[in-house]
Amino acid sequence: MTQSIVVQVGQCGNQIGCQFWDLALREHAAVNKNGVYDEPISSFFRNVDSRYNDPVDIPVGTGKGKIKSLKARAILVDMEEGVVSEMMKGPLREVFDFKQLITDVSGSGNNWAVGHKMYGVQYHDQLSEVVRRSAEFCDCLQCFFILHSMGGGTGSGLGTYVLNLLEEEYPDVYRFVTAVYPSAEDDVITSPYNSVLAMRELTERADCILPVENQALVDIVNKISEAIPSLKTGKRTYNTVSGDIKANTAITGSDGGLVKPKDEKPFDSMNNIVANLLLNMTSSARFEGSLNVDLNEITMNLVPFPRLHYLVSSQSPLYATADVNLLPRQLDQMFSDAFSKDHQLMKTDPKHSLYLACALMVRGDVEISDVRRNIERLKGSLRFIHWNQEGWKTGLCSVPPVGQPHSLLTLANNTCVQYSFIDLRDRFLKLYKRKAHIHHYTHITGMEAEDFSMSLESLNSIIQEYADLEKQMNNPSPPEPRLQVLT
Amino acid sequence: MFLIVLILTSSCIMSIITLQLGQCGNQIGGELFTTFIKDAHAKPSNVQVSANRNEQYTEEVISKFFTTESQSDKFDVPQARAVLVDMEPKVIAQICTEAKRTGKWMYPEKQQFSQKRGSGNNWAHGFCVHGPRVKEKVMNMIQQEAEKCDNLGGFLSLTSLAGGTGSGVGAYVTQCLRDEFPNSFILNQVVWPYHTGEVIVQNYNAILTLSHLYQSADAVLVMENDHLHRICTQLLNIKKIGFKDINNVICHKLASFLLPAVTQKYTDHRRSNAFGEVLEHLVSHPDYKLLTIKNIPQMSDTSKQFCTYQWHGLLKHLRQMLIADASMEEGIDWQVHLGDGSGIKHNQSLANALFLRGKDLDGIDVSSFSDPKLYPSWILPNTGVAVYKQPRIFNDYEKSAALVTNSRSPIGSLNHMIGKAWNMFSSRAYVYQYEKHGLTEEDFLDSFVTLEQVVANYNTL
Repeated sequence: MTQSIVVQVGQCGNQIGCQFWDLALREHAAVNKNGVYDEPISSFFRNVDSRYNDPVDIPVGTGKGKIKSLKARAILVDMEEGVVSEMMKGPLREVFDFKQLITDVSGSGNNWAVGHKMYGVQYHDQLSEVVRRSAEFCDCLQCFFILHSMGGGTGSGLGTYVLNLLEEEYPDVYRFVTAVYPSAEDDVITSPYNSVLAMRELTERADCILPVENQALVDIVNKISEAIPSLKTGKRTYNTVSGDIKANTAITGSDGGLVKPKDEKPFDSMNNIVANLLLNMTSSARFEGSLNVDLNEITMNLVPFPRLHYLVSSQSPLYATADVNLLPRQLDQMFSDAFSKDHQLMKTDPKHSLYLACALMVRGDVEISDVRRNIERLKGSLRFIHWNQEGWKTGLCSVPPVGQPHSLLTLANNTCVQYSFIDLRDRFLKLYKRKAHIHHYTHITGMEAEDFSMSLESLNSIIQEYADLEKQMNNPSPPEPRLQVLT
Repeated sequence: MFLIVLILTSSCIMSIITLQLGQCGNQIGGELFTTFIKDAHAKPSNVQVSANRNEQYTEEVISKFFTTESQSDKFDVPQARAVLVDMEPKVIAQICTEAKRTGKWMYPEKQQFSQKRGSGNNWAHGFCVHGPRVKEKVMNMIQQEAEKCDNLGGFLSLTSLAGGTGSGVGAYVTQCLRDEFPNSFILNQVVWPYHTGEVIVQNYNAILTLSHLYQSADAVLVMENDHLHRICTQLLNIKKIGFKDINNVICHKLASFLLPAVTQKYTDHRRSNAFGEVLEHLVSHPDYKLLTIKNIPQMSDTSKQFCTYQWHGLLKHLRQMLIADASMEEGIDWQVHLGDGSGIKHNQSLANALFLRGKDLDGIDVSSFSDPKLYPSWILPNTGVAVYKQPRIFNDYEKSAALVTNSRSPIGSLNHMIGKAWNMFSSRAYVYQYEKHGLTEEDFLDSFVTLEQVVANYNTL
């Protein structure tokens, strides 16, 4: 079994990370009832004897040893103390390793250059050391998951700095980035700058990006709280218009986790959606199933061209219904929902654009025939590029998410992602045309005006590449003739 | 006297070593050995042969596919003659546990090789990186297993075409096997992926695998998931089909061909279906190596007891399945007739092997399978079909027949697959992922050339 390390950078990255670890613990606790330290749990957690100061790892061995004390394979980075120190006081404090923590006090002032050029250089050795330390705890390190936002300074700046560092020092380890894009009404004025500057790094250096739009998360949370009034009012009402909702199954909730519902903060439910994305994506690599999908298969199947590695994700169901009679229909509904616009974690509509490839990561009591039936049913309404008409990748993991019979995560390489990027570019250009705030960036050592123009160029070319492919939706280029055998 | 005869017969038995590669290969392997064991230990009342004969048969099955003792000690249960290879540990661990749990057989403990990290659906990663890296260890295991056989009949390798480990490492190991055992028979059983839905780069992986296997294997036995799936829905009446069901059909097919049966090629000289002999018969020309298996009847367990068949009817259907190229007995096109030039072109064969198992085997007329019109003109008359018989009931079918055929049958799917891979290759999509591990565009082109040639060869049959 391979291991993954999560690098959470900035406020947003750390908050998502916190939810992720909480849910991961809950998930493993539900599966691993005897509390043994086995292969699945070792992929994200170390087992140590915490009575010692710098404890050595207790290896998985036969997979039957007891869990002593779990330590998350996590690296926490923030340039202000608030969020991280709160986590270190919170219920998850035991799970984090104090030696894998890098904080500063003054923040990045929503400035990519401060995060990337200033703190990056300043903390380079420390970052490198912390990563080395956690990498040495792994016997087969497969993947880094980097979590950060795009709008702020620390996440976008220092997050992408870490990405570069990882590429340099661990070229063979996959780099998956979960990047939260700001909404159009983001209160950080410079967020378009930060996002575009960060995107250039993501495009060049990551193996795979899972972009998540803030607004999409807000909309999903609203949709769920309409169905479950209790989320807003704190009262449980079981008979609602949309049918009976089974308690504690919403994708935004964290009941059963260590973090008590009463401690929940407004962003928690949004962050939970992202945390679930990570859990569901890695489930097939962690647990058994009849069709495993390892993490390296995700890029292999979904990224036909190296730079076009932005995958739009969606999850369903958002909550489970309590009515068991609905189950067969519910299963098909789950597939339909995952392709609908309002289940996407980006504010885009893949149905109106062109699929380059699509993965269905299924968990729970679903068989290959169910998946095939639904592909047949749905493919008429979806457009795939002419050379990948059958561009489906399926994963079947037999362990369902906690509290649900089954779930579906789709990952799509779809040209619709360009429209989000075009919006972002528009917002960037509004500022950039007036050269607004540029000087805040250029006065940081190492930051050049060229960084802006080159980042814009990089964004333009990504948009162009997706647009060129989308043009092939209606007039595909004629196929090259096949090789002829001489007789 | 009796003892001597027994020793003689058992030492004549040619053992087969199975190589299980990748998730698919290992899952099928686990099922296959269970199928063999179940067959060997079938209730004596259900097999319809004398106790003596049944005992002989059981012994033959066991020594063909299992070892029962090593030099130093006797095992509690037979150990499969198998080498297990996967690049990630989960599947192997699972099937070993399942085998042990049966209490009837197990895998040898020292013949399992797994690593931490899979090939990620990337054929090049399997072939160029994992292959050379694992070569020594895996070949050692195979060598050790081979040394346990008194009489090595050949190798059966189980893989899928779609993934990275089974296909990539499988192709590499088959090459090494050919180098190290130049005179042994190698049969590669490959599972052809569903047309859609499993792995996106499956067509690339498949053409790379098939073109390489064509160089080193003696024969490639093709089973298409789409066909197997239809057998599950239409014949076996399974509502919710999982890979376990598909694998059961695969194992039924493999067992119907591999389990003991006797040929009567020469009068007064009865011989068991030696693996190599069957392959030699089926693959008489190195340009034609693709085999398929057609079985009749296939039905759910509950239907079995209510059905009776006559050999005449079964064989009539089976022959039509052959010439109309139907993958199962339902929906056969009866309009196809053997080439009088007019009408729909029939499925031309190069060679066939017919396995008949069950009651009333005497006096069955199989002449319709040796019709010269079935075969190209350069096949000698009456040599096209080899017939193997076994009076013991197989898998609770009172009578059952299997036809292993070297015919045009898989060419349609192969052609389709090459077309799709070529289409993708024209846009160079995904190629960079293969180049990362050292494969070149030239290598792709070589594979296309090899397989276009295979298609052309079969089409001119």
